Amino acid sequence: MSKNPEFVKFDKVDKSYDGKVLVVKDLQLDIAEGEFITMLGPSGSGKTTCLMMLAGFETPTHGEILLDGNIISNIPPHKRGIGMVFQNYALFPHMTVYENLAFPLRVRKVEKDEIDKKVDKALSMVSLSGFETRMPAQLSGGQQQRVAVARALVFDPAVVLMDEPLGALDKNLRESMQYEIKHIHESIGVTVVYVTHDQSEALTMSNRIAVFNDGKVQQLSNPAELYEKPVNSFVAEFIGENNTFNGEVVDIDKDKCKVKLANSEILANPISVKSKGEKTTVSLRPERALINPTDKMDNMFTGKIEEVIYHGDHTRVRLNLLGSSEFILKVPNSTSNLELKVSQDINIGWNSVDARALDPK
Amino acid sequence: MSSETKQILTTDGIPLEVSLKKAEKKNKIKAFLLVAPLLLFLVITYIFPIGDMFMRSVDDRMVTNMLPKTFKAMEKWENLEELPPEEVYRGFYEDYKVLVEKQEHGKLGQRLNKEKNGFNTITKRLFRQIKRNKIDESISIKDQINKIHKRWRNIEFWLAIKRTAPPYTMAKYLKGMDMYVASDGSIAQVDEDRRIHRILWLRTLEIAFFVTLFSFFMGYPIAHLLATLPMKYSNLLMICVLLPFWTSLLVRTASWMILLQQQGVVNDFFVMIGLVGDDNRPEMMYNKVGTYVAMTQILLPFMVLPLYSVMKTISPSLMRAGKSLGGTPFVAFWKVYFPLTIPGIGAGCLLVFILAIGYYITPALVGGASGTLISNQIAFHMKTTLDWSFASAMGLMLLTGVLVIYWIYNKLVGVDNIKLG
Repeated sequence: MSKNPEFVKFDKVDKSYDGKVLVVKDLQLDIAEGEFITMLGPSGSGKTTCLMMLAGFETPTHGEILLDGNIISNIPPHKRGIGMVFQNYALFPHMTVYENLAFPLRVRKVEKDEIDKKVDKALSMVSLSGFETRMPAQLSGGQQQRVAVARALVFDPAVVLMDEPLGALDKNLRESMQYEIKHIHESIGVTVVYVTHDQSEALTMSNRIAVFNDGKVQQLSNPAELYEKPVNSFVAEFIGENNTFNGEVVDIDKDKCKVKLANSEILANPISVKSKGEKTTVSLRPERALINPTDKMDNMFTGKIEEVIYHGDHTRVRLNLLGSSEFILKVPNSTSNLELKVSQDINIGWNSVDARALDPK
Repeated sequence: MSSETKQILTTDGIPLEVSLKKAEKKNKIKAFLLVAPLLLFLVITYIFPIGDMFMRSVDDRMVTNMLPKTFKAMEKWENLEELPPEEVYRGFYEDYKVLVEKQEHGKLGQRLNKEKNGFNTITKRLFRQIKRNKIDESISIKDQINKIHKRWRNIEFWLAIKRTAPPYTMAKYLKGMDMYVASDGSIAQVDEDRRIHRILWLRTLEIAFFVTLFSFFMGYPIAHLLATLPMKYSNLLMICVLLPFWTSLLVRTASWMILLQQQGVVNDFFVMIGLVGDDNRPEMMYNKVGTYVAMTQILLPFMVLPLYSVMKTISPSLMRAGKSLGGTPFVAFWKVYFPLTIPGIGAGCLLVFILAIGYYITPALVGGASGTLISNQIAFHMKTTLDWSFASAMGLMLLTGVLVIYWIYNKLVGVDNIKLG
């Protein structure tokens, strides 16, 4: 079966609530069949609005949304056949787990035997067999969450939407649920559109991530690319940790540029800068800068240690480097670890290819 | 297992339970002192008056105290098919003479007349004979009294006196249900054309039921709107709901009178839009229509507020979930939203129904003859006939009715399911 690469399509979608401000601006997004796509962004970036438009609870102000080639903007939510997992689970508190799961099947007039079979299957999928007669209030947060996932899947929808479903869980449970949802997705191959503001959640679970800011998709790519190759300084800032230098391009080559900072110059990888004299923000991941590098690196500087923070698996070192006292280093904890002391001078080096010269902040 | 049965001790050897009780004692006393004023208030203003009402409603010692010798003698009256023996007549004559001296004979006449029509006349005749000293105490009193009026020779009248003997009576309660104790001691219904109370009870229930129903159908959408509108609009709407609440009940009822009367605003409007002819204005006041309209409006907030407080707690995502799972808006409402509002519906309906069943001012002012309720009848006996014991009896019957409804409600819905806020 060939997968439709445009199973869900946002075509030039605008959304405004008050006629003054656009919450979603000219959104163009294709979601492939069976894909796990995450909409990631800070609150107010328009990601939840996109999800609500897809579910049918909001109508686009302009543009069309297509599901499997059909325009669905005018179809009411209950006829779209899209499963949804809500932020607070939205389990029906007056129904048992069984009745909650049977609800979408009963309204579709499925036979009783068939309902029993499907509910059984859905519950075993989320490993909650035997919980049929419990009320939602008798379940823990994680169990409620799983019931909500099972309910959104039990009627075999083509697309499942998840609106920050793990937001209310504690850290450990959240992580195990991330894997569980990922495995369910892999085993049944349903298309999932997932909304979150938690970047680690997005990175672990998704095939592709759409980073939203200010009503626009800033970057749409797979997790590794998003982390390694952010296309602008918002994405670089939002995903993972980041050291930045603000400066001006003084020399530019095909794959290298020289950036003048307040009182020094560094070499960087030109991503969004094109010519001399442009302002730029250079972004460098903390783990790409090394202490006392043995190999030849094209950026070599000396900085003073300001602070050392022990994190268990790694140590964070804050340095005063190149006129900024916010330069962060992540040093893995190993037996061959260096003695790091405050106010000690150390040599730092990185390759210019990892220092991405992006749009100025 | 042994650790469960073993008493747990605190570090200084006192049993844990004792220590706990000691620690909580102070708090308990404090809590009691805090509620004590309210408790006292309730006892003085609620429990005591209800007790007094009950005593009044069953109290029938007046005749008992007036005719001590008669009732003593009546213990010897065994054959109730025949007129009582001479002793009863003599006892009654002596009691009556005492009453004449104290000038209380009129009260007795009235009281006995309530028991059996026509008593007033014959006691007055007896009074005149006594005043003129026509009764000779040396010969049979029975014969002399029997000659005064033929009713004295009627055994029914003597049986009526006998019925007033016990110091307590259920007669007022029976009267409240259009029943009475017949001369043979059985409970009978009054004549069909005199059964006014039963009509009133039924009408009270009917009006309370429909007012509750109307309030529900009008209040539910309002409460839903209140709970779902954005804050700035819902506040305004809330004020609109509460504004009548802050206006005096009398003012509101009076304004309904202005609106509903035949030359009133509503009728003028109907004539203006040509719905009815000017010479054919419908009567909307001094009947049930007026009572329904005014009472529904006045009791509406009591329906809206509990509903609102329950709806406010229902997450809007539940309806969305219902729809996204494939339920039409109606199915989502009926299967998801409505069942969750039942505690509010229960509270609102119970509140409105109980308030409506004892409502007084509004039906008194706009109800007219066909729109008055049992409470108006109670007031009538309190103020006009001064039959306080009957008013008390009906008040208690009303209270019992309310408690029964509450009990039935508890059985059907469960009081735990009520949510006032």
